[in-house]
Amino acid sequence: MKKGKGKQRRAFIKNSAYSILASLVGMEIVFANKMPVGYEPIIFQEKESLKSLGKEASLTVLNDKPWNVETPVHLLDDQVTPASKMFIRNNGLLPDRIKLEDWTLTLQGESVKSTKTYSMSDIKDKFRHYSYHLVLECGGNGRGEFYPPTEGNQWGVGAVSCAKWTGIRLKDLLQDVGINNDAVYIGYHGLDSHLSGDPNKEAISRGIPLWKALQEETLLAFALNDEELPLAHGFPLRLVAGGFPASASGKWLKALSVRNKVHDGSKMESPSYRIPISPIEPGSSVDEDNMRIIESMPVRSIITYPKSGAQLPFGRKLNIRGHAWAGEEAVKQVEYSIDFGSTWQLCNLEKPINRLAWQHFSATIEFPIKGYYEVWVKAIDMKGVSQPMVVPAWNPKGYLNNACHRIAVKLT
Amino acid sequence: MKDADLKKILVALAGLSTLLLLLVMAAIFSVVFLYFPPVGRSLENSESIEKFEILSDEIQNGFHVETGFVEGEGLQLVIANCTNCHSAKLVTQNRFTKEGWTNVIRWMQETQGLWDLGNNEEVIVAYLAKYYAPEARGRRKALQVEWYDLE
Ligand code: HEC
Repeated sequence: MKKGKGKQRRAFIKNSAYSILASLVGMEIVFANKMPVGYEPIIFQEKESLKSLGKEASLTVLNDKPWNVETPVHLLDDQVTPASKMFIRNNGLLPDRIKLEDWTLTLQGESVKSTKTYSMSDIKDKFRHYSYHLVLECGGNGRGEFYPPTEGNQWGVGAVSCAKWTGIRLKDLLQDVGINNDAVYIGYHGLDSHLSGDPNKEAISRGIPLWKALQEETLLAFALNDEELPLAHGFPLRLVAGGFPASASGKWLKALSVRNKVHDGSKMESPSYRIPISPIEPGSSVDEDNMRIIESMPVRSIITYPKSGAQLPFGRKLNIRGHAWAGEEAVKQVEYSIDFGSTWQLCNLEKPINRLAWQHFSATIEFPIKGYYEVWVKAIDMKGVSQPMVVPAWNPKGYLNNACHRIAVKLT
Repeated sequence: MKDADLKKILVALAGLSTLLLLLVMAAIFSVVFLYFPPVGRSLENSESIEKFEILSDEIQNGFHVETGFVEGEGLQLVIANCTNCHSAKLVTQNRFTKEGWTNVIRWMQETQGLWDLGNNEEVIVAYLAKYYAPEARGRRKALQVEWYDLE
């Protein structure tokens, strides 16, 4: 490839800059001349940290570029997940903290009546505010258990949260801007940048079907737990579509596209966030036309107290508690087993605070004899669908593993 | 001291400090230039990278300290080609066969802007498939337990 003069000069200046910097950091950069233009070696890149993201040090960092941070399941014990414990799944690099005066949201696309731009004060002043407690769960929550292994961050069970989100209803905004009869999908566009640094690539640009966009609980949120939206969770404005894989809830919004077809942004394509329509053998490949977009997440429950590994004297009763949710559905029943699923007992189950919020369960367990136990928990949704005991249908990207949660307990 | 001498000294001093200032500015300029490349972090000229070492090559207990990669043949190539966009953690979390790693690389080349790895691909894939290979396991693993006394 022939380089242009400008590029050569830039490369020259950059190389000499590297040698100056290398002497400053007292380390040689071998083959610096072979580095593609514009690539910064890791040591020169700005350091973000769990702390700078407002996260507790006890969270598990699966990846720090891009940030993918999981909440250990016993730290999900709060009824309302605090921001400091909320998991992060980022696909690209965090945008800089933008000034609100400089920020706008553009409504665009084939099926919008006319393109329109809103400022934050337009959004906050023109529309009614609503708050809902909404479950956000990564589509890949539980991926780490699939065999053969599937690609991506190897989540345990803690890529989930249920917090209080405040904002305006997406449907109110769509009504204000006006959409055509052929509108079927809303795609989002964010301010985060692609990992490759290519400004023409979007890290992720997914979205939701119109029927989901029109639900009362589907928000454009500017507050989390009554505080300004943290940068890690989409400041200044994000979509929150509870019950859908969290990747549908775009962060750091700059635009929404009203589409007359299924949105075709980054990570809408197969196999991202899709599963086979007809079941396949584990490890086998799937044709694109046998894949469908994940919409509602499946039924699931987690024990958040006690932490797995509890030892207690025989004779003592054990109180357990946790949360259950079921995507677009509500949870009808939660049961626990201490005999590897042979018999099941009912847990107390609370109603959700609103649709699409998780429900709290609890139970008091008496153990018959000393020894090693596993407490298994299983939720059943309103349609009678329950969680499997083993890892369910294998799929190429390892989504939707809702196998029952288990903790170990020893009576001594 | 005569006025003329004083003047000479002053001029010399001024000259010196200008030089110093220029040096400092040059240093600042190059650092700033490095942090904010004029074209952003664009992908132009991203020919396959031969080999370069940007991190210290310290190895402890068989692991490359700064990235966490296992020491082995191909390590340098993997560091050079696989830590530019995302951290090594995204690589080391995953387990695939040769075919699986090749598929991940193709996916990144088709959709995520990963460059052609040229002859290095074979070495990289061999390294990954050797040190990050899937371990057979059943439909559900035994629980990994850390015991503690419940208060
Ligand atoms: C040009 C940028 C770039 C380079 C260089 C790069 N990758 Fe990636 N890679 C990506 C992006 C973007 C993703 C998606 C990240 C995400 O979704 O969090 C990714 C994801 C992955 C994943 C997870 C797959 C998934 O589905 O999320 C693995 C494993 C991976 N990369 C391995 C590698 C290896 C091995 C190399 C070196 C041969 C490499 N990467 C080099 C851009 C890159």
